Amino acid sequence: MSNSRFTRRGLLKTSAIAGAGLAAPTIFTAGSAAAHTNEPTGDTVTLGFNVPQSGPYADEGGDQLRAYKLAVEHLNGEGDGGMLNTFTSKALQGNGIMGKKVQYVTGDTQTKSDAARASAKSMIEKDGAVMVTGGSSSGVAVAVQALCQEAGIIFMSGLTHSNDTTGKDRKANGFRHFFNSYMSGAALAPVLANAYGTDRKAYHLTADYNWGYTTEEAVRTSTEAMGWETVETVLTPLTATDFSAYIAPVLQSGADVLVLNHYGGNMVNSLTNAVQFGLRDLEVNGKKFEIVVPLYSELMARGAGENVKGIFGSQNWDWKLENQLGARYTGTNAFVQSFGEKYGFPPSQAAHTGYVQALLYADAVERAGSFNPCAVGEALKDFEFDGMGNGPTLYRGADHQCFKDVVVVKGKEDPENEFDLVEIVEVTPVDQVMYAPDHPQMGGAEATLGSCNAGA
Amino acid sequence: MDAILLQILNGLDKGSAYALIALGLTLIFGTLGVVNFAHGALFMIGAFCAVTLSRIFSMSYTVIDETQTDFLGNPLKVDVPYIYDIFGQAAGEAIIDWSVPLSILFAIPVMILIGVIMERGLIKHFYKRPHADQILVTFGLAIVLQEIIKYFYGANPIPTPAPAAFAGSFDFGALVGFDPQTIIYPYWRLVYFGFAALIIGAVFAFLQFTTFGMVVRAGMADRETVGLLGINIDKRFTIMFGIAAAVAGLAGVMYTPINSPNYHMGMDFLVLSFVVVVVGGMGSLPGAVLAGFLLGILESFASMAIVLETLPGLNQIIIYLVAIIILLTRPRGLMGRKGVMEE
Repeated sequence: MSNSRFTRRGLLKTSAIAGAGLAAPTIFTAGSAAAHTNEPTGDTVTLGFNVPQSGPYADEGGDQLRAYKLAVEHLNGEGDGGMLNTFTSKALQGNGIMGKKVQYVTGDTQTKSDAARASAKSMIEKDGAVMVTGGSSSGVAVAVQALCQEAGIIFMSGLTHSNDTTGKDRKANGFRHFFNSYMSGAALAPVLANAYGTDRKAYHLTADYNWGYTTEEAVRTSTEAMGWETVETVLTPLTATDFSAYIAPVLQSGADVLVLNHYGGNMVNSLTNAVQFGLRDLEVNGKKFEIVVPLYSELMARGAGENVKGIFGSQNWDWKLENQLGARYTGTNAFVQSFGEKYGFPPSQAAHTGYVQALLYADAVERAGSFNPCAVGEALKDFEFDGMGNGPTLYRGADHQCFKDVVVVKGKEDPENEFDLVEIVEVTPVDQVMYAPDHPQMGGAEATLGSCNAGA
Repeated sequence: MDAILLQILNGLDKGSAYALIALGLTLIFGTLGVVNFAHGALFMIGAFCAVTLSRIFSMSYTVIDETQTDFLGNPLKVDVPYIYDIFGQAAGEAIIDWSVPLSILFAIPVMILIGVIMERGLIKHFYKRPHADQILVTFGLAIVLQEIIKYFYGANPIPTPAPAAFAGSFDFGALVGFDPQTIIYPYWRLVYFGFAALIIGAVFAFLQFTTFGMVVRAGMADRETVGLLGINIDKRFTIMFGIAAAVAGLAGVMYTPINSPNYHMGMDFLVLSFVVVVVGGMGSLPGAVLAGFLLGILESFASMAIVLETLPGLNQIIIYLVAIIILLTRPRGLMGRKGVMEE
């Protein structure tokens, strides 16, 4: 009578299969008993390179990616070894990391926090990345760092200069090799006072996001301490392309210095506009009008062309350091040699910091003898090293920030070739840019790393 | 007073760009009844015509100079543009220097061609479809064009300077009797304003004083009757689309020295240009021009530090605020006609 195709036997069989299926995930997890998220079990290990391949910082991202690929080659024992030959720690043998061959996945952050989080998430969940590194733009770095903290993997940040990354938003799983706004301010102010005098009136144009705020604060505080006066600070939208409406009022403010707290495409455009409006030919208060760009890069200098000549700024590293300032910056030439041979042009500071971060992570894993992020974090904490192009460097345990010399640069007046756009003015020794971990610009006493998260 | 004058001057160049883009937009809307969201992309492609021409001029071969070394210590490779060999170094340098103005000649045929292909190849099929479909397809087209440019030219702004003769700025304040160095205006922006005025004048003259223009205007007013008179109005409208594309393209070419072009610049202008069209009145050519300059100048005023201190963020919303006020008080925009988009 019944039309049902179900039989008692059939039903039992189906339920048994379904039951086994449902039970399977727990069986597998119980079986593998991962000690931490994405623990590498095979003979390879996957790193996630999350860089902007589109958007305003795409050039920086592209160069970073080249450097990461070079780092992977060197870690796996291919190529000439680059900075592995100069790095003071000798834990890495050129046989991958702990004998596992290094593989990588890449993602495009699009210079947007949400896109960066999505691509980092997919690297962690889908590709099994045990470490994520990259991110040009501090907004992106802060967002991805928080994600890695939750996921239980290490984040080795790339080109991020905001104080917040290792200041108020610092995380136990996040580590920064790049310098920051505070250090730029501290390094630049004495050079500026020396070049332009202590009686100056400054006008700030600031990109309207966390990097802009901390950079403006840092430069303002340190220049005011030298006797400068800040006449005006104006926030400009990150999406702005024409800055003429912001530049024109500078003429009437009585200011004799314009500080452009802009980076990437923003900086190229605002500097171009400022030069078009003849600011650099002006004389105000009996002094020559000057423009300052706190965070500089060779790539931006290329974008800004002629306009960048004679303008002061700061950098984390420069490819000419070892040639011009000697063996203290050893490692620089080794890196420039292997990068230059492979790609045909010298590396940018974005490339350098990415390469160094990849090597530092691998080295920390070797020394810790484990991929567990908490063990790796311990190995990085208060780690002192040299031979990576910046001179003696400390990875401070209290905030996971690297401390090293800061390079003060200036747009070169008559470049010898297309890569020679920036000249090194001086190197500010690390002691002058040091600060307490609870410095007010770094989030004060409330800022804490929290505890390390190994996930799984 | 000098501050006000400066901001007015300042708004003129941006206003010029808005006016030129909005003019083309409203021309297409008035003739073909299509809301063309790909119009910003045409502005962007125009800018890249200038980039392309300057790259063509700078195409070079490599010579190895044994006397100098590169950053790795190898003999230096020097690029010599072919153009030096053809015209001699001095003339070659001058041609490269003047590549932006020369791009006008290059951009006009290219842009007309792109405009006609776009209209015949894609947009034609959407005349009878609802405006929403037209917006979707043209918006999609804009994204495709943008990605194509990004693929070939990269994501970063490409510096494309004005000829050396127009570099720098002049002291407008001293000229009209204010303190020197209070009102400074770059030469190229003045050139841009003059150029925009010329193009706008030419388009109006073309529509007003030629038979072709007369037919087009008649078609805009009553397409059916013109068709009944035996005139192939579609063909003329296609040509108008090409002209509108050329106007947007020229606006882009001349804008390159003001802001280094990138693949995204079209989108940056597009949304604002639409607001300009709506504020000016849908389908009204003088309205588009008037609103273009008006909003350009207002935007410039809203970016003054003193304004931002009282009303932070005003610079980002001023255009939309004005649009809301105008649409509430004059629903057809400043110079809109009855019956446009009101079926």
